[in-house]
Amino acid sequence: MDAGKISSSDYEQPGVKGMVADWAADRQTFDMPWGKAMMWIFLLSDTFIFSIFLTGYMKVRMAATEAWPPVSEVFALTIGGVYMPLLLIAIMTFVLITSSGTMAMAVNYAYRGDRRRTVMLIAATAVLGASFVGMQAFEWSKLISEGVRPWANPWGAEQFGAAFFMITGFHGLHVSAGVIYLAIVARKVARGDYEKKGYAIVEIAGLYWHFVDLVWVFIFAFFYLW
Amino acid sequence: MTSDTGQQHPIGIYLKIWLLLFVLSFFSYLVDYFHLEGMLRWSLILTFMFLKAGLIIAIFMHLMWERLSLQYVLLLPLLAIVALVALMAIEADHTFLMRMQFLAT
Repeated sequence: MDAGKISSSDYEQPGVKGMVADWAADRQTFDMPWGKAMMWIFLLSDTFIFSIFLTGYMKVRMAATEAWPPVSEVFALTIGGVYMPLLLIAIMTFVLITSSGTMAMAVNYAYRGDRRRTVMLIAATAVLGASFVGMQAFEWSKLISEGVRPWANPWGAEQFGAAFFMITGFHGLHVSAGVIYLAIVARKVARGDYEKKGYAIVEIAGLYWHFVDLVWVFIFAFFYLW
Repeated sequence: MTSDTGQQHPIGIYLKIWLLLFVLSFFSYLVDYFHLEGMLRWSLILTFMFLKAGLIIAIFMHLMWERLSLQYVLLLPLLAIVALVALMAIEADHTFLMRMQFLAT
């Protein structure tokens, strides 16, 4: 098909003019591997899912007549006799940001063709992600043992439990799926599966992982800090 | 920056952004640690949140180096979310007032 043939010079026009050409000219709109375009579209739809969860949480919290539980105290830890509010959540945040950093570097080394570093960095990302899920499991068991349920909790508005389990549970599911995804990609990079078709797949996996980190930024701000 | 080579930037930029995200996260933790309240608390939380989100999207996800076509496809639909949040805030306010009027004991 001739219409599908594109030379890279077609995409050199920058700005609004280039955007109009992308959509109006007889060519592929997104100059990237199809997997990358599809990942972006998926992430956009996932953005809407998490936005709806967080908006639902905002709605029940604003409409609750009982006081919202004191989140900072609920998630506090006492280590060696020192009381630290929200400590576990802070550690989880740092772990996830670090995993995003290692993933960004993995993408970079993949395009440079440094397979050894790429595998090590993706593996580090997956390990950090797995430890995040571990800490979340600890947090869930702690809250459940303290009597938090989707329909009740000892401290205040009963909607707290429903929002907490729904939002952090769905995010944790994304992290878990991401760990498996990264493990598969790391194995394939190590085997040299992408030597011929190129390393765009590492970038696509990276997009997913950064998105998981991005969602946590919003959960951290709205659920834990607000 | 076409599909042949993929995104390629010096490694230092990721380390710098990483450090910046650490610092911003630490600041948002301090907001809670020092028990800041009211408008100051909310504005600081939102500022740090949007800065972090912006850095992740722009640098780690490379969106600032992508073509305008993709940037608009991803960012314009977010206006629908803003509209949803506004509508639900109005509705929540209404629900709260109704509950206070008819259900409060």
